[in-house]
Amino acid sequence: MSMNSEGRVTRPENTASAAAPATFTGNRGLMLEEQLIFERDDYGRTGVDLPKAPLVANLLGGLERHRPIGLPGLPEPETVRHYTRLSRQNYAIDLGLFPLGSCTMKHNPRLNEKVARMPGFADLHPLAPVDTVQGALGVIHELGEWLKTLTGMSGVAMAPKAGAHGELCGLLAIRAAQEARGNAREVILVPESAHGTNPATAAFCNYRVENIPATADGRVDLAALEARLGPDVAGVMITNPNTCGLFERDMQRISDAVHAAGGLVYCDGANFNAIVGRVRPGDLGIDAMHINLHKTFSTPHGGGGPGSGPVVFSAALAPFAPLPFVDKQGDDYVLVEEETAGEHHGASFGRMAAFHGQMGMFTRALAYILSHGADGLRQVAEDAVLNANYVLRSLDDVLDAPFGASGPCMHEALFSDAGLAQGFTTLDIAKGLIDEGFHPMTMYFPLVVHGAMLVEPTETEGKATLDQFIGALRSVAERAKAGDAALKAAPALAPRRRLDETAAARKPVLVWKDADLPEAAE
Amino acid sequence: MRYLPLTDSDRQAMLRTIGAASIDDLFVDVPEAARLAGPIAGLPDHASELAVERHMAKLAKRNLSAGEAPFFLGCGAYKHHVPATVDHLIQRGEFLTSYTPYQPEIAQGTLQALFEFQTQVARLLGCDVANASMYDGSTACWEAITMARRVTKRGKAILSAGLHPHYVSLARTMARFTGDQLDIAIPDLAPGAPGGDMARLLGAIDADTSCVVVQNPNILGHIADLSELAARCHEKGALMIAVVTEPVSLGAIRSPGEMGADIVVGEGQSIGVGLNFGGPYVGLFACAEKYVRQMPGRLCGVTSDADGQRGFVLTLSTREQHIRREKATSNICTNAGLCALAFSIHLTLLGETGLRNLAALNHAGAVSAAARLGGVPGVELVNGPFFNEFTLKLAKESRPIVRSLAGQGILAGVSLGRLYPDAPGLANGLVVAVTETSSAEDVESLAEALEAELAA
Amino acid sequence: MTTYYTDEHEWISVEGGTATVGITDYAQAQLGDIVFVELPAPGSNVTKGGEAAVVESVKAASDVFAPISGTVSEVNGALEEDPALVNSAPETDGWFFKLSVADAAELEGLMNAAEYKTFCDGL
Repeated sequence: MSMNSEGRVTRPENTASAAAPATFTGNRGLMLEEQLIFERDDYGRTGVDLPKAPLVANLLGGLERHRPIGLPGLPEPETVRHYTRLSRQNYAIDLGLFPLGSCTMKHNPRLNEKVARMPGFADLHPLAPVDTVQGALGVIHELGEWLKTLTGMSGVAMAPKAGAHGELCGLLAIRAAQEARGNAREVILVPESAHGTNPATAAFCNYRVENIPATADGRVDLAALEARLGPDVAGVMITNPNTCGLFERDMQRISDAVHAAGGLVYCDGANFNAIVGRVRPGDLGIDAMHINLHKTFSTPHGGGGPGSGPVVFSAALAPFAPLPFVDKQGDDYVLVEEETAGEHHGASFGRMAAFHGQMGMFTRALAYILSHGADGLRQVAEDAVLNANYVLRSLDDVLDAPFGASGPCMHEALFSDAGLAQGFTTLDIAKGLIDEGFHPMTMYFPLVVHGAMLVEPTETEGKATLDQFIGALRSVAERAKAGDAALKAAPALAPRRRLDETAAARKPVLVWKDADLPEAAE
Repeated sequence: MRYLPLTDSDRQAMLRTIGAASIDDLFVDVPEAARLAGPIAGLPDHASELAVERHMAKLAKRNLSAGEAPFFLGCGAYKHHVPATVDHLIQRGEFLTSYTPYQPEIAQGTLQALFEFQTQVARLLGCDVANASMYDGSTACWEAITMARRVTKRGKAILSAGLHPHYVSLARTMARFTGDQLDIAIPDLAPGAPGGDMARLLGAIDADTSCVVVQNPNILGHIADLSELAARCHEKGALMIAVVTEPVSLGAIRSPGEMGADIVVGEGQSIGVGLNFGGPYVGLFACAEKYVRQMPGRLCGVTSDADGQRGFVLTLSTREQHIRREKATSNICTNAGLCALAFSIHLTLLGETGLRNLAALNHAGAVSAAARLGGVPGVELVNGPFFNEFTLKLAKESRPIVRSLAGQGILAGVSLGRLYPDAPGLANGLVVAVTETSSAEDVESLAEALEAELAA
Repeated sequence: MTTYYTDEHEWISVEGGTATVGITDYAQAQLGDIVFVELPAPGSNVTKGGEAAVVESVKAASDVFAPISGTVSEVNGALEEDPALVNSAPETDGWFFKLSVADAAELEGLMNAAEYKTFCDGL
């Protein structure tokens, strides 16, 4: 008999279900509570080893910082634990389906991360001499060429740092072009269903925004648009596929009408994933469109950024594109900045960010595009649309699909809260899905549908995952229709239950305030 | 295709559920003329991971990276050592592949990290509150100017001559369309502190002035006490906006908030983020609490959940585009979340002790380098007080020298000819940044190479 | 004192040359928990139908329009500390601002309590 022979219970003794007991730590098994770094007594510590600074006569001109700053420091093991524990309180694509409509939460390939970290890209200074960064300029140029070809457009601006920044780029180009024609005009027309960034952007560059109504089948009302066009309208901003997940069938006619009235057409390309490789927006009369590299081209969302929003331009708008940009001359790449713009690019509206745009996103997006190629990208659009229609038709018997009758959807399926039990809302369905282990869909957007639920599965989900999601959403929807009171208490199984957003907004606490900061060493 | 899980039989089964005969049936709303019959001609087909990696590696090899050469570039982007822990942690899928925390119950990790970031930024910049990040320093600077317009209901911004010329360029682009009035000047190479510009700023503030925008350390590396300027702004009902492009400096010098700035914006790149050829970076944005409702960008706040447990949510969202639409304080939506996380992790590793030590190392290295380089025949040190960056006035035009030294494998600094191509008076200026990554040998290589160039 | 209502869900109570303005119970119920109210500056002039204040809940922000023209004589400072007053007492303690009436004729065409109730019932 070996020494380790003591008998032990090897199956659960109490199989009766019980609420999890309160624990001494507040932790629940693998779910660990974590204090703020400011609540620890770590103000004098550090997690880096640095040589002691040599003594030199300082040249700070009497501006030395004497008062404590209030920055806690954690040794490396505790830093790793702090952020690892925090990370585990997040849902993520790496964990499961993340069907946020309009956000295109697709798989983020790790090759892209590896490529972006190559020192030849990551460790480059934006003002390094142009001869020493030819490969980086090559990436920007090659990606720009892909984007132009995929959209059928003549020009591209790589500087914009996110989708809304791309919208700004497009509208500044429109404004510059209208000014060059003699009159900037005053109004930008935006459909009611547009992302909030559209009207905000138009206002940010001093345009007045007017809404265009939607038709009963969820598309831009062409007649209303035509009626409003006139010499004061600088342009329109159309999202296509639109935020109801539908293709704007009349896009060419919209473009023709706007052009005939002297306006220009901006397309919000947030939903390009639905049509990449199958439709070129340039074939539909678009003058400018931003492309969210963090949506269609898979660069990670990172908990809210960074994004990247290159803009493609028609021949009419290309001369007004911002600085700097990359030009290819033979085998060499040149960087066109303010200094040399005059020779080639005198109409540019100027600079809209300090450097060259989101290089770290360009390398990732280019790796993604090269991985797919022309055939793979077309398959991306097809599978994204197929997955969304599969969700739509698998659930339209239990959830109201306001535009379900008008034909197939594109890459996202839209449902409303019609038919839920009295007092039950879209919010309840979303929170119920959290307990089922899924991130909820986009809620209450677009505004044109009451209690909207916008589901975008993306092409990187397999059928088994979709079937499980459909089953979960069906189950939650049935509970909401039956008035299951327990749903009102959801989520019960997440790191936190529903949070009091009213209290947060009434008495905002935006930074931690210590009772008293320790005195720092001088 | 390795990223697409559906099989052909899945696709057929799903089409049957949908009631469509083929994929083409799902694209019926696209006008016939705009439908592409097959993959776009002239483009390559899909490629293996190995093939793509080789293609990208080939492009990467055409660059001279900062780590390969004695390196002295700054002017808005700085090379600092980033601990390996930072990159490991931001690559955790739960951070990397999550979205804006719109469902707070399952995004507490991102939210708590943002709350910590806001607190660190506010303390570092010396302000009451900070937001959850902007795209970068340059766009944050313009946002601050528009915020000052909203707060003061005035339309004239006075920009310091020491403000980064790209930031100025961006403001000029925007002001052309928004109608904001800008008062702009360029710096000069007069030795010592830029007293002329301070006098200009103090004298220019009037009843129409919304704000004065002043960078510290400035584009030439000068540092200055901004207290008098802040007081004059407040006397005249204007705001003082301070811009910090090198936040490591705040481990050594007084924060703009302590000197009276109302809004402080910054480029956070130098802590945790890396050079990345200009992006993605992280814009810092902090201000006095009384202006918080005019702030752009996302804000994370404290609250509690249904069980009374502390939790975090995005708050004061009515300022933002998704609710306020054309009346929003900004059009920003996506920000720089992951870079903000990197900034916050690096600052957590440093702590106050590490940051102060890092800043002292930078300053000491720069002081020694300035003495060595300023002693090279034909080189004159322009600065009085500075932190880790200073300007040299060379006996020759600096831009060809920078190019020539790059050819010799030395990244010597930023020539003012590149930044101010239209200002002949600045053509001989060379801005040199010295951080903890620059060794004494690197400085010696630069000094010797400069001496040879100037003697030639 | 006479109280009138607008189709934008503001109420206005007039006594002598002074009018008190707020939003109706119906409006506060639609908005949900009020978290912030932005009030006009005392001494400023507002015009009938023009934007005079902003009322915010967590997920919505709405402009409050001046039912009639006039000069703002007083604002309800209590709302700064306690915006929830708009929810709990919208037509009493949760008032927004007072006006010195510029032209009493502008009150014509506004609804009385019964008419406003019928109006809301029809929504």
